[in-house]
Amino acid sequence: MDKLLEQIQKGTVWQFPGGVHPPQQKSLSNGANIARLPLPNKLVVALKQHIGANGKLLVEKGQRILKGQALTEPVANWSVPVHAPSSGIITEIAPKPSAHPSALPELSIVIEPDGKDEWCTLNPVSEPKSLSHQELIDIIHQAGISGMGGAGFPTYVKADTKQSIDFFIINAVECEPYITADDTLMREHAAEIIQGIELMQQLLNPTLCIVGIEDNKPEAIATMTKAAEHNNKIIVQTVPTVYPSGGEKQLIKLLTNREVPSMGIPADIGVLMHNTGTLYAVQQAVYEGKPLIERVVTVTGNTIHKPGNVWALLGTEIKHLLDCQGFSPVPQQRVVMGGPMMGFTLPTVRIGVIKTTNCILAPDHTELAEPGPEKACIRCSACADACPASLLPQQLQWFAKSKEYDKLQEHNLFDCIECGACAYVCPSEIPLVQYYRVAKAEIKEQQADKIKADRAKERFDARKERLDREQEERQNRHKRKPVAKSADEKQKVAEALARVKNKPDNGNEKSAVAAAIARAKAKKQQGEELEPDNSEVAKERALRKEQARKYKEQKSQTDESTETAPVDDKKSAVAAAIARAKAKKAAKAKKAAKALEDAEPTTSEAPQTDAPVDDRKAAVAAAIARAKAKKAAKALEEAEQTVSEEPQSDEPVDDKKAAVAAAIARAKAKKAAKALEDTETPSVPDNTDNSSSSIDADVPQSSDDKKKAAVAAAIARAKAKKLQKEGNDQS
Amino acid sequence: MTLFYALIALGSLALVFGLILGFAAIRFRVESNPIVEQIDTILPQTQCGQCGYPGCRPYAEAIANGDEINKCPPGGEATMKKLAGLMGVDEKPLAGGEQAEPVKTVAYIREDECIGCTKCIQACPVDAILGATRQMHTVLIDECTGCDLCVEPCPVDCIDMLPVTETKQNWKWQLNAIPVTQID
Repeated sequence: MDKLLEQIQKGTVWQFPGGVHPPQQKSLSNGANIARLPLPNKLVVALKQHIGANGKLLVEKGQRILKGQALTEPVANWSVPVHAPSSGIITEIAPKPSAHPSALPELSIVIEPDGKDEWCTLNPVSEPKSLSHQELIDIIHQAGISGMGGAGFPTYVKADTKQSIDFFIINAVECEPYITADDTLMREHAAEIIQGIELMQQLLNPTLCIVGIEDNKPEAIATMTKAAEHNNKIIVQTVPTVYPSGGEKQLIKLLTNREVPSMGIPADIGVLMHNTGTLYAVQQAVYEGKPLIERVVTVTGNTIHKPGNVWALLGTEIKHLLDCQGFSPVPQQRVVMGGPMMGFTLPTVRIGVIKTTNCILAPDHTELAEPGPEKACIRCSACADACPASLLPQQLQWFAKSKEYDKLQEHNLFDCIECGACAYVCPSEIPLVQYYRVAKAEIKEQQADKIKADRAKERFDARKERLDREQEERQNRHKRKPVAKSADEKQKVAEALARVKNKPDNGNEKSAVAAAIARAKAKKQQGEELEPDNSEVAKERALRKEQARKYKEQKSQTDESTETAPVDDKKSAVAAAIARAKAKKAAKAKKAAKALEDAEPTTSEAPQTDAPVDDRKAAVAAAIARAKAKKAAKALEEAEQTVSEEPQSDEPVDDKKAAVAAAIARAKAKKAAKALEDTETPSVPDNTDNSSSSIDADVPQSSDDKKKAAVAAAIARAKAKKLQKEGNDQS
Repeated sequence: MTLFYALIALGSLALVFGLILGFAAIRFRVESNPIVEQIDTILPQTQCGQCGYPGCRPYAEAIANGDEINKCPPGGEATMKKLAGLMGVDEKPLAGGEQAEPVKTVAYIREDECIGCTKCIQACPVDAILGATRQMHTVLIDECTGCDLCVEPCPVDCIDMLPVTETKQNWKWQLNAIPVTQID
C-alpha cells in the first residue's frame, strides 16, 4: 500500500489492455465558454433520470412552481428527487418519450416557464465542515444528484458507502470523441470542483484523491492543478489519450494499478470514483443550496453552426438546444445522445435533457457514416486486441448469435463495458456491441424469469399447504365442536336426533311421546357425548346441501315464471299425484291423518333442524314449533282439502296429464293459501321456516304475488317428492 | 488353513461393508428422485396445467418417469432444449405446434365488470388475485404467471390476458429491425 501510494504520488500511470484511438474531434466545441441559452418555452422533466426508483410526485397539474422547487420526493431506496428547472406553471403530468434508445414513454412533468426564473428559498451552507456525515448525505440526496458521467448512479448511495476508501478518483478523462463538457467545466469552475472534492473527502476520508485528466486537455490540467495546490491530498494525474480510459474500471487500473473484480464494484478494492460534473453539482448543492437543475451539454457535429458547450436546464428539449446553436439538418439526419462510440440515436428530438445527457451530436454523413452491411467475420482478432476488458469479442459474438447464454456468461459477457472499441476496429462492420447488448438483455430476462418462477413456485407451494390445512381443519372441526357446544344446543341436537329416530314410526301416535322420551333421555345425557361425530357433520352437510338446493330451485322458479313449471319436471308431477293419493288415505282415517301430519313435517324437517349451531337455527326451531301448532289447529281443514284433491290423484301417470295435474295442484294450493290467509293470522314470515315447513305453512306467506306462488309450487313439488320417497319406503 | 483365513478376512470385510452400506442407505436416504428437483427448476412454474398435469412438479415427475419433454408451452423452445439436455433425449418440436416463442401475458380484470364471485381467486395457482366475495378483484401483476387458469371460470368474462407491457427494464435492442426514420 505504502509503495503503491509512493508510486502514485510520483506520478506513475499504469496501462490497461486494448483501447483504440478514434479521431478526437474535440476542437470543434472546446473553443468557446459555456453559453447560457434563452429560456425554452417548454420543459419536459422526466421523473426518473437515474438508476433506481423515481420519487413520489409532490406537485399537480396547473400548479405554479418556483425554480429549484422539489417536484418529487424520494421514497424508496435509490430514489432521487427532481426539481423545477425554472419557475412557471405545470401544464401536464403525463408519460413522454424518454432519453433512452427505445424512447419508451416515462412519466414526466411538463412545465411552461413564466420567464421570471424566480428561485425558491435556498439554504446554502457556508461552513460545511460543521455538517455531520448524515446531514451532508441528506443535502446531496435532496439535491437530486446522480452520477453525471453516464450511468446516473445516485451519488448519495455511493458517498454513503460503508467500505473504507483508499483512493477517491475524480473522473475528468472524458475519453469519448467530440465531448468537451467536463473539459470546459474544469476550465471555468476548477475551484468549485475542488471544493466538491473536499466535501467528498469529508465524507469518505480517503488516503488520496486523484484527478485523472487525459493529456489532450492541457488547459484543464493547468487550472485544476492550480486550484488543488492548497490541498496536498489531491493530486492531478495526466493519463494518455486512449479510448476508453474514462471507463471506471480502466481508469482505476490506469491510476492505481488495481483491478475491479468481475461482477464487483470499485468500493470492493477501496476505490470510489465520481465524475467532475457530479462534484460540481455537489458543491453547488452544499455551498449555494441549489439542487441539480442544469448541466453542461456539448452540442456539436458538422451540421451545427455554433458547436460548443451550453448550460442546459434539465428538461430542455433537444430541439431547443439544436435550434439555439444553429442547426441545418442533412437528409436522413441522425441526432445522437452521448458520444459517437457509446451514444444512441434519438428517435425524436422532442426529448428533454436529463441528468446524464453530456452530449448532443448532430453529425453529417461524412463524419459519422451509416454502418454498412454486416459482413462475415474473418477472424482477424482485431477486436480482441482492442478490448479494454481482455474479453474475447469474437468468441462472444458466435455465442451471442447462437444464443448460447451459458457460454456467454462463462466467457464473462457481463464484464463487457459496451465501449464499442471492438465494433470500431471490426473490418467486417459487425455490430458486435449490439449483439452483446441483446444477449445481455436476454440473460437478464432469463434471470428475472427464474426469480419469478421461484417465487411462483413458492406461492404455489404455500397455497397448496394452505388448502391442505384448511381441508384438515374442516375435517377436524367436528372433533372440537361438541366441546364448545352449550347445553341448550346439545338438547336441540338430541331433539333432532329423536325426531330422526321416529322417522320409521310414521303414522304412529306414540311418536310424539317417543320423541319426548328421547328428549328426556338426551337431557339426562347432556354431559356425555353419545352421538358419533361423523353423523353430525354429515347432517350439517346435508342441511347445507338441502338449503342450497332449495335456494337454487326457488331461484330458478322465480327466474322463469309460473308457466314454465309444467315443463319443469314430470317426476315432480307424478310425485305430487302420489302425495295426493297418500293424503287421501290419510283423510280416511282422520285421527291417523293428524298423526301423519304431525310426523310428516318432522321427517322433512329433520335434516334442517339437526344442527342447531347458532341463533338462526334456534329461530328455525322456533318457527317449526309454530308451524306445528298451526298444523294441529287446522288438521281438519287440511283433511278436507286433501279429499278434494282425490280425483286428480286417480289419473294415470301419463306425462302430459301429470303436468296438468301438477298445474291443477298448484292452483289448488293457491286457493287453499288464500283460504288460509283469510282464516289464519299471518304466520311468522321466516325464510327458513318457509323453506322447511310443510305446504300449508308455506302457502299463506307466499301467496302475495305470482312469484311467491311459483316458489310455493316449487316447494310443494319438493315436498311431494319427499312424500313420494316416503311412500316408496313404506310400500 | 490359508484358505480359511482368506475366507474369514473376506467374509468379515463383506460384513463390515455391508453394514456400512446398509446404514448409509437408511441414514442418507433421498426421499424423492433428485432428477425431479432438477427438472422442476427448469420448468417455468406457471402452474398452468397445459401439459396435462396439475402443476409443474407433477409434470417434472412425469418427465422423470419417461414422459415427453415438449409439453410445456409457457417454457417454450428454451425449456424444451434444457430438458432435452438434462434428460439426454433428442429435442422435439413443441407439442402445441407453430407457436415458437410464447408471448408473455398477465391477467387483467376489467374491474367495473367484476361481480366479485371469487371464482378466479380459487382458480389462481399462485394466489395472485386479490379480492373478496362481492368485492372487486384485482390481479397482482408481479405475481401473475400468465397461466390463463382464471379466464375460464369467470362467469362474466371480465378477465383479459394482456401481453406484458414493455418497459425500459425489459426492452431489448431490435437487431434485425429496419430503422424507421422520419424524413422531413
